[in-house]
Parts: sequence; C-alpha cells; structure tokens
Amino acid sequence: MPTYSLNLNGKTQTVDVSEDTPLLWVLRDQLDLVGTKFGCGIGQCGACTVHIDGNAARSCSTPISQLAGKVIITIEGLSEDGSHPVQQAWKEVDVPQCGYCQAGQIMTASAFLANNSSPSSEEIKNAMHGNICRCSAYNRIHKAVEVAADKLV
Amino acid sequence: MSESKIAFSRRGFIRTSTLASGGILIGFNLFKSCKPNAKPPVDLAQLDYKDFNAFIKIAENGAVTIFSPNPEIGQGVKTAMPMLIAEELDVAWENVHVVQGDLDTVNYQRQVAGGSQSIRFGWEPLRQTGATARQMLVNAAAARWGVEASECTTNEGVITNANGETLGYGDVVVDAAVLEVPENVSLKDSKDFKIIGTDATNVDIDKIITGKPLFGLDYKTEGMVYASVLRPPAFGQTLVSFDDAAARAAENVIDIIKFDNKIAVLAKDTWSAMKAKKALTAEWKADEELESTEDHDKILVDLLERKDIKILREDGDVKKAFAQADKILERTYEAPFLPHNCMEPMNFFAHVTPEKIFLVGPIQTPQGTAAGIAASLGRKPEEVHLKMTRMGGGFGRRLYGDFAVEAATISNLSKKPVKVVFSREDDMTDGIYRPASKYKIRASIKDGAITGYHLTEAAINGNMYGLIPNFFPAGAIDNYKVDAANYKSNITTGAWRAPYTNFLAFAEQSFFDELADELQIDRVQMRLDLLQKVKGTTDDRIQYSPERLEGVINMAVEKSGWGNKPDHIYQGFSAYYCHNSHVAEVADVVMENGEPVVKKVTCVIDCGIVVNPLGARNQAEGGVVDGIGHAMYGDFTFKNGVPSSKNFDTYRLIRMKEAPVVETHFIQNNLAPTGLGEPTLPPAGAAVANALKAATGNRFLKQPFTKEYELLKETKKEILG
Repeated sequence: MPTYSLNLNGKTQTVDVSEDTPLLWVLRDQLDLVGTKFGCGIGQCGACTVHIDGNAARSCSTPISQLAGKVIITIEGLSEDGSHPVQQAWKEVDVPQCGYCQAGQIMTASAFLANNSSPSSEEIKNAMHGNICRCSAYNRIHKAVEVAADKLV
Repeated sequence: MSESKIAFSRRGFIRTSTLASGGILIGFNLFKSCKPNAKPPVDLAQLDYKDFNAFIKIAENGAVTIFSPNPEIGQGVKTAMPMLIAEELDVAWENVHVVQGDLDTVNYQRQVAGGSQSIRFGWEPLRQTGATARQMLVNAAAARWGVEASECTTNEGVITNANGETLGYGDVVVDAAVLEVPENVSLKDSKDFKIIGTDATNVDIDKIITGKPLFGLDYKTEGMVYASVLRPPAFGQTLVSFDDAAARAAENVIDIIKFDNKIAVLAKDTWSAMKAKKALTAEWKADEELESTEDHDKILVDLLERKDIKILREDGDVKKAFAQADKILERTYEAPFLPHNCMEPMNFFAHVTPEKIFLVGPIQTPQGTAAGIAASLGRKPEEVHLKMTRMGGGFGRRLYGDFAVEAATISNLSKKPVKVVFSREDDMTDGIYRPASKYKIRASIKDGAITGYHLTEAAINGNMYGLIPNFFPAGAIDNYKVDAANYKSNITTGAWRAPYTNFLAFAEQSFFDELADELQIDRVQMRLDLLQKVKGTTDDRIQYSPERLEGVINMAVEKSGWGNKPDHIYQGFSAYYCHNSHVAEVADVVMENGEPVVKKVTCVIDCGIVVNPLGARNQAEGGVVDGIGHAMYGDFTFKNGVPSSKNFDTYRLIRMKEAPVVETHFIQNNLAPTGLGEPTLPPAGAAVANALKAATGNRFLKQPFTKEYELLKETKKEILG
C-alpha cells in the first residue's frame, strides 16, 4: 500500500492506506482521531467536517491521495484545550443534545467565522445549512455562532 | 393540586460501604425502588452491588462522583438525574463529577431510555438517596462532636453545628460508612432547591466540543476487526447464493462470514470492510410478498371502512349520535413510514469468548439486548457484560438491539472482537421504521354542538398502546369511540419518537380546527369549552388534566399574540397531552416569494418542576423543530420491498434555514416532573398544518406537506394552463 504523509494538526503523520481511502477513515481508524464523525459518507450531512487549507471540507469524500501539501485541522487540533472561541461559545450556549454532529458543526462555524467575523443572521444560516443536526438544536447552533463571532471581534 | 408522587419502597434500596481507597460508596437501586411491591434484598448485611444500578462515591477529600444509571441519547438525563441526587446531598454542583454507570445489566431493572420516563421515575428515589447520604454524613459529624444531629446544618458539602464548628463531608465519610442507614429522612421543600431549577450545562460538554471518544462508533480495543454487513435489498427477500471471490481478495479483508440471511465482511478497518462489501455479488429470492406503499395505501383505506375492528374505548352511544346528527364531518389523515436517521449510524462491539460475552455500544435497552444475545447464543445471562456508550441519537431506533445481536453473532462465528458498523445506506434501508398509518376521524354535530366523536386507526403492524384512547378529547365528548386495525407487513416497524402520538396529535388537532370552522366558533375557545366538561371527572381512565391543558392553552394564547398579529402572519394552534406532559404550540407562517415559511413557534409546556431549564429548553426546541421537519419533509415509501431513499441526498431532513425560532415557556408549579424528551414533538405538525391552511387556503391531510404542496401547485398549473 502506498505511504502518505499528512500535515495534520500541526504535525506530520504518515499512514499506509490505499489511495482511495477517505480522510475520515484515516483519521478515525488509522490515527485514532475519532472526533471527526461518520454520518453519511457522501458529503451530505457535515458530521465529518474538517479544515483543509483553512476551508471547511468533507473528510468522508476527500481521498487521502488528494491531500499532499495541504494543511489539515480536525476538531482535536482546533485548540489544545477547547479554548477556541467557537468551542467556548458552544459550551456557553450549551448547544449539544446527543452531541454527535457538533464537532462537524464547530468546524464549519470556525472556518466560516475566520472569513467573516461579523455575519448577518442570513449568512449564518447559509453557512450552517450543510450540517444536519438530527436533534434539531438549530436555534442554539445559530446562537452559538453569534456568540462566537462576538468573541472573535 | 397536590404534588403527585410515585409510590416506592425505600427500605433496602440503599447500602453503603467504605472504599479501599478511602471514602464511601453509596449504592442504590433506582428502578427496583419504584416498584410498589419491591422486596428488599434477602440479606442486607451482605453487600452485593449487583443489586444496585446507581452509586454515589464520596472521597475523603470531599470529591463527589455520581454514577448515572440511565442510557444517554441526547435527552440530558446524564446531567439531570445526578442533579436530583446532588440537590438533596447538598453539595455544590460544580464539585460533582458524573460518570456513566458501568454496568452488569443482568441484575438491573428498567435501565431504559424511552417513553420520556427517566426523570419522572427518578424524581423520588434519586432525591431520597441524596437525602439519606446527607443524613448519614450529618449523623457521623454529630457523633464526633457529641451533639444532636438535628442541631447540624449542611451547605455545599460542609456540616456546621450549633457552636459554629464545621466538618467537610470528606472528613466524616469513613465514619458515615459504618452507620445505620436512616429510614426517615425528609426531603427539601421545593422553595429551598439550590440545584434543581437552575441551568446546568451538559456534563459531557468538554468532551463533545474537543472531539474526545464518547460514542459507540468511537470505541476501540486491541485486536478489534470491523464488520460491514450485506443484508437483503428488499424486505421479504432471502439469500440464495453469493460470490465473495473479489471481496476476499480485497485489501485488508480478514474473513467473509454468512450468517442468518446476511453476509459479513470482516476487515482491518471500516473503509476496507465497506469497500469489500460492495465487491460481493449475491442472488436473492422473494420468499414473501414484496410490498409497496401503493398496496399499503389501499389496504389501510379498506381497514378504515371495516366494521369488525377492535374497539379501544367507547363511551355513550356513538351510533345513535351519528344517526341523529344534523351534520357529520369526516376526514382521513395519512402518514408515511419514517426512518429514524440517528446521526450516529447503528453500530456495536462484541467479543464472544468461551468465558464471557463482552458488549460495548449505544443502546437504549441494555438489559433486554443482553438477555436477547444470551438467548440467541445459548449462553447464560450472567455471562453477558454490557457497557453503554453515549448515543449519537436514538429516537426509538436504539430500543432494538438487532445490530448488537449481529455483532455478537459475527464475533461468535469468527472468534474475534468485532465492531459492526452500518453505513448510512444500511441504516436507512435496514430500519425499524415508524409505521405508516391513517386516521379517519368523524364528528357528529347536532344543534351547533359536537355530539359524537369516532376515531379509527389503520396502521402497519401494530396499533396505539392502551393509554392513548384516554388522552384528550376522551371525556370531553359524551359519545366517543376509538377503534383500530392493523396490517401485518414484513417491513420492520417500531417506536419512533413519541410513538403513535407523533402522528395522531397531527390528525386530531388538525381535525379540531376543521370542526371549529364547521361550527363557526373560535378554535381555541372550542378546545377550552371541551375541557370544561372534563373538570372534576370521576373517570380514572382519563390520563390528562383538563386544568393543566387549559393552563398551557391560555399561556400559549398570551405568549404567541394569538389573534393579534399583523395580516401577513398566519398562525396555527395545537395543544396535546402525552408522556404525562401538557403542551400547547402556536406556529407563525408567512408567505415569502409565494411559498409558506414557518418563522416561529411559541411552545408552552407543563411538565411540572423543570429540573434543568437549560437542558429542558433544548429538548423542547428540538422536539418542535424535529416535529416540523418530519411533517414537512419526511417522505419514505417502498416499491416491491425496496425503500425509496438510501441516504441524505434523496431523504430530506430539516436543516438550519428551514428551522423556525422556537420560543419556549414552562408553566411554573411545584408538581413532580413529567416527560420532556417527546411531548413537544406531537403538537408541532398540526400547529403548522393549521397555519398553512390560513396562509395557503389548503388543508394538508397528508404528510409530508411539501410533497402535497408540490402536487397542489402542479394541479393548479394544469388548471391554469
């Protein structure tokens, strides 16, 4: 199997997997980074969202072979201790119910706010529309993005 | 109104012991204690913690750990149940560490997440346990000081005597552990609550926001292999033959195992297992009828017309009321199957060895599942050990342990530690669905009054449970009848958040609006008038409280600005009782670019004392939005046994842009807590349907509404050319 080198959460990681292996399963099964969640496998739900070169990306639909030279950040690397303003906002607002989708929500929100730190309500809704929360905690997700934006200013 | 209580026997459900590491362990059996005839263990002196399903541990440094007994599916019990203990134990909530009970399921009672009952049943015994532990600590301190225990007070883990001397709980735990367990402890008056009724953040929040392993899918252990299972593509099919040559040759594949009617691919990692499964080719045959939604629709309509079906409740003389009516209003409401679509797909870990069966995973019914696995493998129940993980949603799907049985079967055959992982496609197409159903409701009107009410249920596989016919409007209409029939299908069905009422509430609360229009009376006043008849009822079958339903209706009118909105806001009203709670909802719909949009829902709940308002509001908001999402978009049909959707590209769930703002209000009272995980969902569909009628002029009788709306627009286009 080919060997791939990843720039992941500020460190270089090497894995031996087939070239079509999605980043999601490399993270979860090879590297024990299980914060990135499996939801649908086809890029429709957002549970697997990570940052690739600063943009929110679906790790379930990103093969390992396409990641050479890319900077990858997962929920485990967003901050060392949960202190990222988006993580803190999620805690303040107490967003999660089951909590399964929230790492993906946080990664989508943090990439979005990095490019737009004072978003309108419409912009927040558009940015977060791709992430399903089956518990339907959408009111709180919206609120937490607003709280995080205030922290980032 | 008095504070309602659930009878329980405290004797024998609490035992204590000292810990080798110092400190005290207090064990209690939460659910045994709820049973009115519970017997204490035969020999109390012989401490066997298998008899207990929850524990408090107090260390010598005063640190308090509470082991939460019930499965956590996102309903918040892992936070709220320990709050009940901490309140009476009188410790500061921020000093409490909560751990999911690590369990031997064999000896436990009702360790279930389902029916919105955890807090209701835990209310008395959990507080009693905290209060008993507190009293023992006080008794130990009083003995050391040589004073009366009654002279001592406690506050946040510190005991103070009349002289102002203090001892921390940690200072006296070793003494307390050997004291008699007191029998007559008193509980706090609700006005003295310091933790109950305050906002507590989800106890797992730090792990969730940093992505730490918590869920079943996150569990790993040495030597574990991953299994992806090929199941029949259609309900009613069985496996004839299969070719696994290509799959066996695939990278990282360890083994291919046929079991039951399925084929498991075992691989070193999840992706390899899922990929190799796609390389399997299999031939299937139809052993049973391959059913389609078209056929079900005809069958259910036929069932609604049958005269010989099962009567669930009948009051007065319905036949006579309808025979003498001036007018009869009749409507039929239709609901599709629904998959649960938990965000965490079904999965389970099993390691079956000659010594034991070790299981780990997300399950709402650990006890039943463990027993089922023992039976299916011909093993003793005590050989099964099951660890519960946090669950990425349940909604009823994880009441059924089919995925755990699969894991155990595959581990038993392969002699390996196995994690079964469903793909989203597996999860959606091998579901245990909310059954499709239809309700026909008829009302007889005589001299401008409702004289009779007849509701008939036709559903796939099963009918409403026995208490439901005693929900509103039972008791409010003299001549009242509920009957039901079902069709046995090979499509698997089961509980889906608020079983039966999730659609029944839509049907009835839509019908009341139509009835009010027919009678040309105010729709809210009509509901209130009906409730007046139920007040003071001597019919003890009636489940709801007319006063409490009236209370939420009145507050919903006030908080939603009912009847006082600008013309462009169309409101819909709905009120319902289920899971022991009373809820009223008002949906505000506006037309944007010619399309109806649900902007806001006002939700008023009477669930008694709210233990954790922060978590409670989250549950309430989620229930409303979930209810609206499925009423609007939930579309799931079958063609020759094959489900219409396999993944989220074709199955629509509600998302951020469609979610209305939910404004939640709780009725403030001192009544014992009732259900909250489910009751806000059922009324939501009718609140929206009633608002849509006002906004579009169209009465939606069938879910999902969007499908009906698209059909309606097409019909209009055709007419207009």
